[in-house]
Amino acid sequence: MAATTHDTTLRLDNRKLAMWTFLGSEFLFFGAFISAYLLYLQTTAGGPGVGIFDIPFTSISSFVLLMSSLTMVLAHSAHARGDLRRMRLWILATAGQGAVFLGGQVFEFTVFVKEGLVLTESPFASSFYVLTGFHSAHVFIGILLLLTLYAFSHTGKVQAHQDVKTEMIGLYWHFVDIIWVVIFTVVYLIPEIAVG
Amino acid sequence: MSSTTETRTFRPSSGRGPLSWLGTTDHKRIGILYFWTTLAFFTLGGAESWAIRLQLAQAESSVISEEIYNQVFTMHGLTMVFLVVMPMSAAFFNYLIPLMIGARDVAFPRLNAFSYWVYLFGGIFLYSSFFLGGAPAGAWVGYAPLSTGVAQNMGFYAVGLQLLGVSSLAAAVNFIVTILNMRAPGMTFMRMPVFIWMSLVTNFLLLFAMPIIAVALFMLQFDTLFGAQFFQPATGGDPLLYQHLFWLFGHPEVYIMVLPAMGIVSEILPVGSRKPLFGYAAVVFAGAAIGFIGFGVWAHHMFTTSLGPVPRSAFALTTMFIAVPTGIKIFNWVFTMWGGKIRFTTPMLFSVGFVSMFTIGGLSGVTHAIVPHNAQQHDTYYVVAHFHYVLFGGALFGLIAGMYFWFPKVTGKLMNERLGKWHFWTWLLGFNLTFGPMHMSGLLGQPRRTAVLPAELGGSVELYNLLSTIGVGVLTVSALVFLANLLTSLRSGAPAGDDPWDARTLEWLTASPPAHHNFDTVPTVTERDEFWHRKYAESEDGSMVAVPSGASDGGADDDAEDEHIHMPDASLWPFLACLGLFPFAYGLVFVNPPVIVAGLLWFVIGLFGWIHEPLAEGDDDPVDADTAADHTH
Amino acid sequence: MRGWSSGYAPARRGGSYRHYDPSGSPPENVCARVVIGLPAGRASASRAERESATGDVTLRDSSSPRGQAQRRTRRSTVLTLAAASTLAACSDVGQNALDPAGPFAQAPHDLIIPVAILALVVFVLVQGLVIYTSWRFRQKPGDDALPAQVHGNTKLEIVWTIIPALILAVIAVPTVRGIFELSTEPDGDHLVVEVVGHRWWFEFYYPEHDIYTANELVIPAETPVRLEMTSGDPSRQVSDAVIHSFWIPQLAGKQDIEPGRTTTLNIQADEPGRYLGMCAEFCGLSHANMRIRAVAKTSAEFDAWVEAQTTPAAEPTGELATRGRDLFGDLGDRQACASCHQVWEDGSRSPSQAPDLTHLMSRSEFAGAIHDLTEENLRAWLRDPGSMKAMSYELDGIGMPNLDLSEDEIDALVAYLMTLE
Repeated sequence: MAATTHDTTLRLDNRKLAMWTFLGSEFLFFGAFISAYLLYLQTTAGGPGVGIFDIPFTSISSFVLLMSSLTMVLAHSAHARGDLRRMRLWILATAGQGAVFLGGQVFEFTVFVKEGLVLTESPFASSFYVLTGFHSAHVFIGILLLLTLYAFSHTGKVQAHQDVKTEMIGLYWHFVDIIWVVIFTVVYLIPEIAVG
Repeated sequence: MSSTTETRTFRPSSGRGPLSWLGTTDHKRIGILYFWTTLAFFTLGGAESWAIRLQLAQAESSVISEEIYNQVFTMHGLTMVFLVVMPMSAAFFNYLIPLMIGARDVAFPRLNAFSYWVYLFGGIFLYSSFFLGGAPAGAWVGYAPLSTGVAQNMGFYAVGLQLLGVSSLAAAVNFIVTILNMRAPGMTFMRMPVFIWMSLVTNFLLLFAMPIIAVALFMLQFDTLFGAQFFQPATGGDPLLYQHLFWLFGHPEVYIMVLPAMGIVSEILPVGSRKPLFGYAAVVFAGAAIGFIGFGVWAHHMFTTSLGPVPRSAFALTTMFIAVPTGIKIFNWVFTMWGGKIRFTTPMLFSVGFVSMFTIGGLSGVTHAIVPHNAQQHDTYYVVAHFHYVLFGGALFGLIAGMYFWFPKVTGKLMNERLGKWHFWTWLLGFNLTFGPMHMSGLLGQPRRTAVLPAELGGSVELYNLLSTIGVGVLTVSALVFLANLLTSLRSGAPAGDDPWDARTLEWLTASPPAHHNFDTVPTVTERDEFWHRKYAESEDGSMVAVPSGASDGGADDDAEDEHIHMPDASLWPFLACLGLFPFAYGLVFVNPPVIVAGLLWFVIGLFGWIHEPLAEGDDDPVDADTAADHTH
Repeated sequence: MRGWSSGYAPARRGGSYRHYDPSGSPPENVCARVVIGLPAGRASASRAERESATGDVTLRDSSSPRGQAQRRTRRSTVLTLAAASTLAACSDVGQNALDPAGPFAQAPHDLIIPVAILALVVFVLVQGLVIYTSWRFRQKPGDDALPAQVHGNTKLEIVWTIIPALILAVIAVPTVRGIFELSTEPDGDHLVVEVVGHRWWFEFYYPEHDIYTANELVIPAETPVRLEMTSGDPSRQVSDAVIHSFWIPQLAGKQDIEPGRTTTLNIQADEPGRYLGMCAEFCGLSHANMRIRAVAKTSAEFDAWVEAQTTPAAEPTGELATRGRDLFGDLGDRQACASCHQVWEDGSRSPSQAPDLTHLMSRSEFAGAIHDLTEENLRAWLRDPGSMKAMSYELDGIGMPNLDLSEDEIDALVAYLMTLE
């Protein structure tokens, strides 16, 4: 079937609807991990707990990730205008910021591991690493998608004004950002204030 | 049909031959693939139930060892839930959703093929465990921390269910978008067939339940493979977290299995009674309510855990509450028949059987909410009886009713009614003989998941177990009757015509079997039960008269002219990409990073092939699609 | 009191030693002697009636005077439950949820019976309606006219929404009350027993008396017993710490046993007797072989039992038994029995990884209470434990390993074990 908007029941592109639907599912995925983390907030088995977090550092990497949502918006609007050149630029900027964020995560994890917070240490450690790890995996997939989009814009698979793919990837990217805002607040900030 | 391009020449044609099945993106063919695959797995699950029943036919017997028994009952549960009932429903979703909403295919035909292949490969993967060190033996619930132990072989469980979850999730997204976005003109929500409604609710349940079990399984896997501490009491991990997550998925899962059957029965009863469904709106809202409340009752599977009295009470109340919409449905079904002129064809028999048997399961379900006594029933054969009345007497009866009902549409041939009736009555007898006595053996002290029937339970429990075993024999004979009916009717059934049942919904409007593109012209819908209203008009005194053909007052005149039909091309990529899941999954179970990466790469390359494939159906951006349309003109 | 397990055919399990019966007495048909209606009558009798009743409770024999009396007085209520009681009657063994033998099993039972009757009524009504509708409105031959096209009836639909809701609301009240009542600690004097679920046997510890025992939970009759339960210690053996469920249906509903937590359960036997139970949460390979027996004794008998249990094991006399005692503590390069099992001789007692054997022979079963504790069975067990009970020692350290004992060693060890009375 043609996926064009003019003949769908809700006047909405199938793929966008699919992405929204899928993200609905993703919310529960992260919701479950975040719940587990909250349950284990103080179950540190004598090992390091939330006090280990370096809030200023994570704030910076969080800020970078947040800004990437802005460049993602700019990329999409450039694409919608038909400005492929600028679109490419913003796509790369978005992917770059995503990579910076990932670098920050890797650095942070390395520091934590050195300080004794390893996956097998405690339920707290397990839930922290697996939650943030799955988020990082989502960022990583997002970067892959952005780079693919970038490549397609050169091969002609994605052309000017054909912005649905950009919009879908944008939806995904914003979702990953929003989840990070939740994680940063719930995982880092609040426990730091309440417990740490 | 397709604008010719060289890139498409290597693709399988939409013709015949095995390759065409590997590459098919036709929702009808995928539905048929699902159907036969579930029958194959049903045979395996049935064989496992034989092993269980032979072992328990006598007290203290040793037909199979504890080790084998635990694997067999675990696989029986996994098979029947994840490889039979759920995909059997998916077979119906696939085949019927586009036809019933007046669409030419699902929203994402290749994703649809992908769902099927992941399901098939997930099933094969799960079963291969028998030859690779033993099948999972930690029960289908896989409670931690037991299931994180080496002796339980739960690696295949965690990875296999994860695969099946991906399949379900992809299918759920696909069907939700299809139903929301691809209905024929005029088919408003309240004109949708009840089956479509129940499909929509089911797929939303899948959408929200699957990620939760995915999380539970990931945690299990991390605990098992990498020494994470999610469920390890030694460091303060809470085994109950697993149960909460599992049942937060697991209870909606029950409705995932039974709502499609409810939808099927809601289609068949009106046709068989020659009356519209009694209280359409109530049935629809009750279905939606069941789906909604279904997320709020999970802890009733945990009444015997360390849950405190307050949550126990709360979940007792929600559990009782969910019986209300279920009751509404049952009464609406009965009153659909009331005042009708019922034709007891085989699908109708199975539908009435569904109402009857499901009621029993519903009533025993209410007794679970009596928490103090739940502590007696819980994890006994009483519960085994209960959920078989819901899932066998409920879901499976409904699904079988659907098979008989839509067989003529799928094949253009009728199934043998005489064999059908034999099938029904022996099925009903065998079912009750197998599971009826279990109510009693449970209350008399027989716990479930025990490899040995202790002689100390007494002679009556032994008798009940023997009856159950005999019941499986009756069911097996009955299943063979069904299979014989299926195969002979497939080969030499009487021609069915387009509308053998005098039915009500859009799928009967088109040919049997439907053409690849389903409808020559997409119907415009003006009524609920559109097709019925095209056949009959209501006279002034409220009785119905047949409309002479050609003089329809329905939407036929307005049917959308569709000059250029784009059908999805076949594509091998979903199949090829999914093959990469094998190394990926085995690598995960046996913790072999290179193999994992190889499988993942294969999969990703497959996906790239997939997105690079140009499509005739315009599965691309709007501008592109319009251009494509211009080309074909 | 009749030995409950000796009445069954010996060695039915593929020639294994399960329920070995040296006397070889034929199995009695326990079902045939019971008359319909008795257990339900018993069940619906008030607690006072049950307490005033006398006789052997473990034999639900209708020919006893008490049984007949009850049957007369209870006939009217029993009749309504004819179907259920027919089935319930057909079991005289002590693992029957329909035959409560104490207040903590009686309370849920009193709750479920009216619900069951209600469910039965609904069942009959709905099935009757389905059958009646199917028959009444079947299409007659030649009648091809369409029936009236009724789309629904709001009033009716409201009725069948409200009525079930009301019924459920009525059921909900006692349910919630029951939940809270059963979760509280019993008033007044009661015995506390700590229960530890192991794979695959139950350990019982009496903190008041410092007694360790296994599989057989000895309790005083007519006294509430508070069980404080947890699972095997994960810091000691990770694979031993899994979820179990403690279930003796006649004494109370089941309660899960969770590692890392303590759960509680109240039980009480109103009369002396032997009540059977099993682990009711799947706990791996030998889950089916993890049985429990509650042995309720009169308070005098119970005191005597406590007295015996709090006495250290006596020094064995006789050469063979003495040699067995030495082997128990030292098997050379093989793992000694004493590294897992405890025989308390002096000093303080502590929990052990495997069942405490100090007064082994005071129990009548072993190996998760699946085998009668006979010399012959002990011998077979020492020769090859794996053939008597499925275990996974090689895989995850659960169960008893095969120690490759010679026949001489087995003779000595069995001689020693038999002295542990």
